[in-house]
Amino acid sequence: MIRVVLPAHLRTLARVDGEVSLAVEGQATRRSVLDALESRYPMLRGTIRDHVTQERRAFLRFFACEQDLSHEPADAALPDAVAAGDEPYLVVGAMAGG
Amino acid sequence: MSGVRVLVGTRKGAFVLTSDGKRERWKVSGPHFAGWEIYHLKGSPADPDRLYASQSSGWFGQVIQRSCDAGKTWEAAGNQFTYDGVPGTHQWYDGTQHPWKFARVWHLEPSLTDPDTVYAGVEDAALFRTTDGGQTWQELPGLREHESGPSWQPGAGGMCLHTIVLDPANPQRIYVAISAAGAFRSDDGGKTWRPINRGLKSQGIADPNAEVGHCVHRIAMHRSRPGVLFMQKHWDVMRSDNAGDSWQEVSGNLPTDFGFPIDVHAHEPDTIYVVPIKSDSEHYPPDGKLRVYRSRTGGNEWEPLTKGLPQRDCYVNVLRDAMAVDALDACGVYFGTTGGQVYASADAGDSWAPIVRDLPAVLSVEVQTLS
Repeated sequence: MIRVVLPAHLRTLARVDGEVSLAVEGQATRRSVLDALESRYPMLRGTIRDHVTQERRAFLRFFACEQDLSHEPADAALPDAVAAGDEPYLVVGAMAGG
Repeated sequence: MSGVRVLVGTRKGAFVLTSDGKRERWKVSGPHFAGWEIYHLKGSPADPDRLYASQSSGWFGQVIQRSCDAGKTWEAAGNQFTYDGVPGTHQWYDGTQHPWKFARVWHLEPSLTDPDTVYAGVEDAALFRTTDGGQTWQELPGLREHESGPSWQPGAGGMCLHTIVLDPANPQRIYVAISAAGAFRSDDGGKTWRPINRGLKSQGIADPNAEVGHCVHRIAMHRSRPGVLFMQKHWDVMRSDNAGDSWQEVSGNLPTDFGFPIDVHAHEPDTIYVVPIKSDSEHYPPDGKLRVYRSRTGGNEWEPLTKGLPQRDCYVNVLRDAMAVDALDACGVYFGTTGGQVYASADAGDSWAPIVRDLPAVLSVEVQTLS
């Protein structure tokens, strides 16, 4: 199972507490994880990546294993520790006021 | 037992204010969607328990919320607003062409007859419609594809379609307003559109009398007289007696004719309300006095309404979607400020009292009259 940590506002929107555990078929990549996440929680569609272009929203980042994976290709393999469920995949909102 | 429900959108969430018909004691519910910008929420005239809300954030984009139980519970609806075909370009602030790009939903206008049908005015300016209760949204592309589209340019707040007025006597007739393109009318249910800006004069554009390019802030109509429209423009309060074919200025004795909202009394089609604001660079009332102005003559002759409103040191703004009326007798008038106050008058504006004083900046106010 892949563990995903969402920012607080998206946890509220998806009505989840804490981490989300997802079964991902095939290789764990950003695309496959977000596909599984949006399939389970359709209300998150469009809030992390664009509906059409699938591009990451500008003020969100993807972290794991103390690395910023935001600029990795969508189909790049995630770290083994994320694929094994030992480490979470973090969807992080930019620290900005407003 | 009659009552009212006031739907308030703010910079950091939505609030629902309810009262009985006396409108003296209020219950405040919220914040709903805490931390998100709620540009607008509005109830269906066909089913007052059906509410729609536009929820957005710079981080997470656009969400549409729907309630089927008068705001007790909400569910996320569809949030995909994709322009029809290749959207092309419009004019940018510097005069260059800029690709059309969806930013947010400014205004939701539920159908007068079907709770599952809602129109959405978006930035960059376009009109969308759902017929399945918000699950899916389709653009009515004839507006954006109007031949004048490439010349439209954003106002200071973005190139937003912020006003949608549905004609209760003619289901095929829709009015919209775009900053800063102007007002448009469709007589075929949204398929085709024509600019209706004749008579508007705007000093901030190269041709003050241009067909498009005017910064219309708000249009209001009384449902008993749908051919008569009232407009608060960037500067000037205007009136049309022929469904927008031509406009005449009715600013009359207003202390300033800049402002954002305009609305019509529920029972007196010639009684209209505006909130004069000092200027486009000073977005607060003249002299620090918050005054609603009322005309009982359809414009030109205005009286200040001050009882219960702050008459010193007040420097808030009232945004375009932040005024509404109820349909009780006497007509109630409501408006919200960027300082977080929501004021109500239960006597058509003669006197005012705050329902709440300390909300986040108010973006929109809508009222449902409950029977």
